[in-house]
Amino acid sequence: MNSEVLTTTPIQLISLVDLKPGDRAIIKQIKGDTGKEIYLMELGLLPGTSIKYIKQAPLGDPIEICLRNYHLSIRSEDAGVVLVEKQK
Amino acid sequence: MTNITNHSINQNSFDDVLITGNPNTGKTSVFNSLTGLHQKTGNYPGVTVEKKTGMVTGSAGQKVRLHDLPGLYSLISKSPDELIARKVLLNETDEKLNIRLIVVVVDSSNLNRNLYLVTQLIDLGLPILIAMNMIDNAKNHGFEIDFKKLSEQLGVAIVPIVASKSHGLKQLSEEIFDQVQSIKKQPPKLTDSPTESKETKSTHLPGYFSNLFPQHKETGDLLDGALSPVVMWFRRYSNLNESGQHSEALRVISSEEALENWSPLSSEKTSDGDLKTIINKTRAQLNRMQISWKMLETIMRYDKIDKICLKVMSQNLKNETNPGMRLDKFLTHRFLGPVMALVIFYLIFQSIFTWAEKPMEMIEGSMGYLGSFVRFFIPDGLLQDLFVDGIIGGVGAILVFLPQIIFLFFFLALLEDTGYMARVAFLADRLMKSIGLSGYGVIPLLSSFACAIPGIMATRTVPNWKERIVIIMIAPLMSCSARLPVYILLIGTFFPSISILGIFSISGIILFSMYLFGIIVGIGVALVFNRIIKNNATSTSFVMELPPYRMPSLKWVLFQMFERAKIFVTDAGQIILAISIVIWFLVSFPKPDNHDSSSHKLHLQQSYAGQIGKLIEPAIQPLGFDWKVGIGLITSFVAREVLVSTLATIYNVKEAEETSVNLRIALQNETNVTTGKRVYTPLVAVSIMVFFALACQCMATVAIVKRETNSWRWPIIMVLYMTGLAYVSSFVVYQGGLLLGFT
Repeated sequence: MNSEVLTTTPIQLISLVDLKPGDRAIIKQIKGDTGKEIYLMELGLLPGTSIKYIKQAPLGDPIEICLRNYHLSIRSEDAGVVLVEKQK
Repeated sequence: MTNITNHSINQNSFDDVLITGNPNTGKTSVFNSLTGLHQKTGNYPGVTVEKKTGMVTGSAGQKVRLHDLPGLYSLISKSPDELIARKVLLNETDEKLNIRLIVVVVDSSNLNRNLYLVTQLIDLGLPILIAMNMIDNAKNHGFEIDFKKLSEQLGVAIVPIVASKSHGLKQLSEEIFDQVQSIKKQPPKLTDSPTESKETKSTHLPGYFSNLFPQHKETGDLLDGALSPVVMWFRRYSNLNESGQHSEALRVISSEEALENWSPLSSEKTSDGDLKTIINKTRAQLNRMQISWKMLETIMRYDKIDKICLKVMSQNLKNETNPGMRLDKFLTHRFLGPVMALVIFYLIFQSIFTWAEKPMEMIEGSMGYLGSFVRFFIPDGLLQDLFVDGIIGGVGAILVFLPQIIFLFFFLALLEDTGYMARVAFLADRLMKSIGLSGYGVIPLLSSFACAIPGIMATRTVPNWKERIVIIMIAPLMSCSARLPVYILLIGTFFPSISILGIFSISGIILFSMYLFGIIVGIGVALVFNRIIKNNATSTSFVMELPPYRMPSLKWVLFQMFERAKIFVTDAGQIILAISIVIWFLVSFPKPDNHDSSSHKLHLQQSYAGQIGKLIEPAIQPLGFDWKVGIGLITSFVAREVLVSTLATIYNVKEAEETSVNLRIALQNETNVTTGKRVYTPLVAVSIMVFFALACQCMATVAIVKRETNSWRWPIIMVLYMTGLAYVSSFVVYQGGLLLGFT
């Protein structure tokens, strides 16, 4: 478990904000460890968690994602630290 | 078993039960259902967090004191709300409670994330009871949950409920009393007894962590060894029990934030060093052991939760009938979303103004009857005047707005209960971000266009303390409905109702401009306050759950409405009463000797209010005001629309309303005795409106700000800055206008 968290070699990792509506992805890494990142992780955004990108708000920000059966809205600047691997 | 039949002040006679859970789980609904009307609201000392306590009586007459805590996602706290909830849960507030049981309300359709807090609380070794709420929603999402198995996995009792439909509440209540009973018979060690020596106990519960995370036994064993110095620190210097010590030790190792929750204690030097140093050493050791300590707790915890959920829960998407899912296709659509939001708000305001009309007339009428009634019983004279003009007149001016306020509370509660409120915040966040605020602030500000009081009370949902204060400070700048009589009187009197292009009218444009003016100034003030106010807490930006849409519970919405209205009437009521009497005094004294009919006008001129008006005249002349307007400024501090009735009195017009022709003619014709020029010109009218747009002329608002911020500091700042801003703006407008040649 711990080695997975420590993995730093990205395999086609993109940021959460680079997804399109309807995309499914698995979180691979959370960059950083300040209060913001911990908060996101406590809300369930962890390496290994599957998420679905729902949409952006009208002006492009914030974005809405679905994870662990609930919907969360985050600003792009905060979502940028979440690195994911898109699923087909 | 003792029957506690009287509410003694002695804390020790109460059995305390806490209600907690994630936000949006219907916690407060559960609290309200259990306590009914036996509840009271206040603030926690020193902070802006609302405190709700109530009494619940069991079937055999036993009583339990219930506390509704602010919602939180985790025991690592950031916002003032979360900090308080955490403190109360760990029994670290100044008011020591006899915590017998903690009821965690869980959203069943969202079990996975909800279990994060649940497992944190269980691991603290506290007595827990889970209320699985919204099981109807869970079914709609196609979920099947094996409650019995979940209960076994977690080791705590579970009661399924649907709080909004009052299902399962009786069982919940019974279960609460049963558990409290059995816990009282064998009390859990929430605090170590003082006689036990803390030094001689064994260093740690053997295998605590390996038992806690059985799927990672090896890591667990390593943690048991490495974390023992930290556990020891908590044993010696905190009030936590065994489980709590271990659980909190894991937490502070994993996160700086969690460590922050223990300052300043964490920096105090003890015989083993201070906690911060111990933590650093332990982290280094974990690194050497190849265990990444960052976010360790969170990762291990969710790992365990995922495994539990696999065992107890399944989702059959074919059974999914949830209609709410499709609503967001429109309500947060790129174009439709904002459009629908505007339409919905327009309809809400329209309804408020329409529905409120009849009740407002009724209240005005009742005030009249009440006045006659009082005149009947109290003989002519000072006392009668005090009651009729002072108290009934002043308080009546506020009560007239009560229907609007109540309807606004109704709609706000409705929006929140359905879950639509979160969508509005989602849509507005980008705009709000550009002025340093977030989507949370948009509803309070929008509400303030009807009345700032519900708007300010709605700032409770804003998690960031600094943002909450800024929104409260600018809410009164959103032109409220009390300004409308003033605007309508002045615009109608001094501006022609000429149409442009057959659609727009000059009056309409000017009215709209006044609203726009308030908004623009509000934006400016927000930017200034954002710079000035220091924010010590880390900002969490905008991370917000979008709860599933729910059918609102009318009972719950009405309850919210009445509860808020009660707060308004009691809290604002006292100040309104006091100031009404003061203003009455200022306009009534000194009394003239004669009583002929024209003396009413003369009387006002000679009163203290009139004298003050004359006194401040030099100061307000640059704004284009004379001493009569000065009197109006004083009296309208009670409520803005009082200006109209004051002007009517000054110009001796009976039956004054903002649309009455007599008052308008009187204002148009008023000529300055010395100069022979008109006192009121369109420019003066604009100056007055600008002043009213910005000045703080609502005692009720001041009272509510005091209540919501739990101090006098912010209301005072608000009055000062708004008055200053109003003065300067009027000055600029009037003098600028003169310079430009307007008269």
